[in-house]
Amino acid sequence: MNDICSLTNLDVGQFAKVGSLLSCGSIRRRLQDIGLIEGTEVECVLKSPCGDPAAYQIRGAVIALRNEDAENILVSMSKEV
Amino acid sequence: MGLTAKSTGIKAVDMGFCIKKLTHNDSVIALAGNPNVGKSTVFNALTGLKQHTGNWPGKTVTNAQGICSHNGENIVMVDIPGTYSLMAHSQEEEVARDFICFGNPDGVVVVCDATCLERNLNLVLQTIEITKNVVVCVNLMDEAKKKDITINLKALSQRLGVPAVGTSAASGKGLKQLMDSVLKMLKNGNENAIVPHYTVPVEEALSVLVPILSEKCAKKNVNPRWAALRLLESDEKLILNLNEHIGYDLLADKDVSDAIDAATKILQDNGISKEKLKDIIVSCIVLTAEDICNDALVYENNRYDSFDRKIDRILTNRITGIPVMILLLGFIFWLTVSGANVPSGILSGIFKMIEEKLLDFCLYLNVPEIIYEPLIFGIYHVLTWVIAVMLPPMAIFFPLFTLLEDLGYLPRVAFNLDKQFKKCCACGKQALTMCMGFGCNAAGIVGCRIIDSPRERLIAMLTNSFVPCNGRFPTLISIISMFFVFSVASPFQSVIGAGILTLIVLLGIFSTFAVSKILSKTILKGQPSSFTLELPPYRKPRIGRIIIRSVFDRTMFVLGRAAAVAAPAGLIIWIFANVHLGDMTLLKICSDFLDPFAQTVGMDGTILFAFILGFPANEIVIPIIIMSYMSSGTLTEFESLAELKSLLVANGWTWITAVNVMLFSLMHWPCSTTMLTIKKETGSIKWTLLAFLIPTILGFTVCFLFTMLTRVL
Repeated sequence: MNDICSLTNLDVGQFAKVGSLLSCGSIRRRLQDIGLIEGTEVECVLKSPCGDPAAYQIRGAVIALRNEDAENILVSMSKEV
Repeated sequence: MGLTAKSTGIKAVDMGFCIKKLTHNDSVIALAGNPNVGKSTVFNALTGLKQHTGNWPGKTVTNAQGICSHNGENIVMVDIPGTYSLMAHSQEEEVARDFICFGNPDGVVVVCDATCLERNLNLVLQTIEITKNVVVCVNLMDEAKKKDITINLKALSQRLGVPAVGTSAASGKGLKQLMDSVLKMLKNGNENAIVPHYTVPVEEALSVLVPILSEKCAKKNVNPRWAALRLLESDEKLILNLNEHIGYDLLADKDVSDAIDAATKILQDNGISKEKLKDIIVSCIVLTAEDICNDALVYENNRYDSFDRKIDRILTNRITGIPVMILLLGFIFWLTVSGANVPSGILSGIFKMIEEKLLDFCLYLNVPEIIYEPLIFGIYHVLTWVIAVMLPPMAIFFPLFTLLEDLGYLPRVAFNLDKQFKKCCACGKQALTMCMGFGCNAAGIVGCRIIDSPRERLIAMLTNSFVPCNGRFPTLISIISMFFVFSVASPFQSVIGAGILTLIVLLGIFSTFAVSKILSKTILKGQPSSFTLELPPYRKPRIGRIIIRSVFDRTMFVLGRAAAVAAPAGLIIWIFANVHLGDMTLLKICSDFLDPFAQTVGMDGTILFAFILGFPANEIVIPIIIMSYMSSGTLTEFESLAELKSLLVANGWTWITAVNVMLFSLMHWPCSTTMLTIKKETGSIKWTLLAFLIPTILGFTVCFLFTMLTRVL
């Protein structure tokens, strides 16, 4: 069973598949450019000292996103690997 | 920290499209690529230039160019800023895109990171859409090998329809083959270059618009399919540039606008809005890249980055992240402070010896006093002081800092501090521009281009001078050594010295946050904007390279600049100290004039005057202070810091004066180069003036309060 949630809900080490992006404008384009399109698998790899931003493994690169931006990325949690 | 003659100062502003060819037949090749894929390393290896490199995204913010000679042909290589995409979100992406689209390069080499090829292919595909004349340079092959990533270059090249060459630019591997491919491509072109395909309705819409555009853009070197996509997306800024490039307004052309309407209708009938179209275009390219990678890429070890993650967990940990950062900073300062004293002393000893010989020589030749005095007591004194005091700390600090940069630590600093920046409604990348400021504030200001939001970029520019640059480090270090660390021998005292220096820098960082916040709440109101920050893999630093690069590129350059300012400043100060107006020297008149004001902020007129004269370069502030004191008679020569201290104390310095000078050194007007750079980057007198006023007012206030506090206590 897959739960739909936002990317911020991921703990370090958890995987998820991108569903849809709620953000719009130039940040939407940027997120898509770094490979966040429907079906992309992402892993939360790091949280910063304050928990925000967090870093995600996206198509081979580690990218840090602020929680405001990650909240707008809906994902479905993958089962524990 | 891009401290080369190119990236600092007036030349820091990019050269735009002004391409300098040796002969008319030379080809122009643009060097594109994602940020932090070793583009600058490839560029340097090919052209023999020394564009500064470092392991963090956004190093190259300006167009640099150089000539590469291969098999008897000259090729002008243009290093354009690293971008993830050509859809332009930021200033740097715009520069890159405009050059590829409208700079008329004969070809583009897209440099890719072999360890994350898939993401890089996004840019490759976007570039191929604009021009078929592309060569893909898969760099960092050595890193990929270490991570057990195998890349089938033949398959990659076949799928893309353009040459793909594997390189390890740092060791020079594969570059010859790369240039062979470039020459071949320039000769034969790439007829079979891939054309990314979109969904059926999009292709249908394109089939209406493309033939019309092929007709209109035939002679203008514009790919009609690419132009059609941009017109359908209504990318307004790009369309403006496109119109300018082809020389007339496309949208005003009846045929074109009719075709656009027809094509848009097809899209709308299929439920595709402009927004949806953008999504489709990006998704299709990302999926094409994924598909190609499935054919060309094998990961033999899925957890190839587990070591990086382990280090990251320590460096960005909730508990250890920030302390490790401060300790690291403190450790570097400790090495600098404790290591710099001895060589400084040796150098001043040598210079002193030479001075005596010079003096003897002048007397022997009967050179008149009016000539040798300004030369030796003016120019020579200040110049040698600058070298003796600046060279050792710089020769220690710069390599250490470059080491951190090479490792890939700086983006982690930005990652750790982003939350604080967000609280100030600023951008986390400001941490990176601050790191550049440690080298040179002017370089830091240019580096602010990596920040997308104009508001946040301005904040970063206005606060950059709160980070003490290399010109101010020696001032801080020498004062700390004189007043707070008494003997060189004890390691404990150099720890105190490093601790004080760290505190001063932390105060600078704190002021940055405070001023950023105030700016965000007042004249630069706004919400923090979205941003993405790549945390690149850690790379093994190349020690030999670091030393060569930091000593020659940075230390020597900075020293050269300081010396160039110090020599005339030495002369001026000598004249000021020796020309009498009435019974007072010019110097005395000036410092007496400033004195009452300077006293209220815990300094004296001489110090303030030295800061004013130090406007062209902060390095010369302390030498000027010493020159001024010496010219007024008490002591005429010095050999060690201890003697120097007694000179300062004899002129009324206490530890309070020392603290105030350090505080003021941290917070006062930026140097002239920095001011010019701010003017160039903001294009506005108002912001430049503000960049002058903010640190100056803050500096005076802080010194005033500190002095008041010590007087009350």
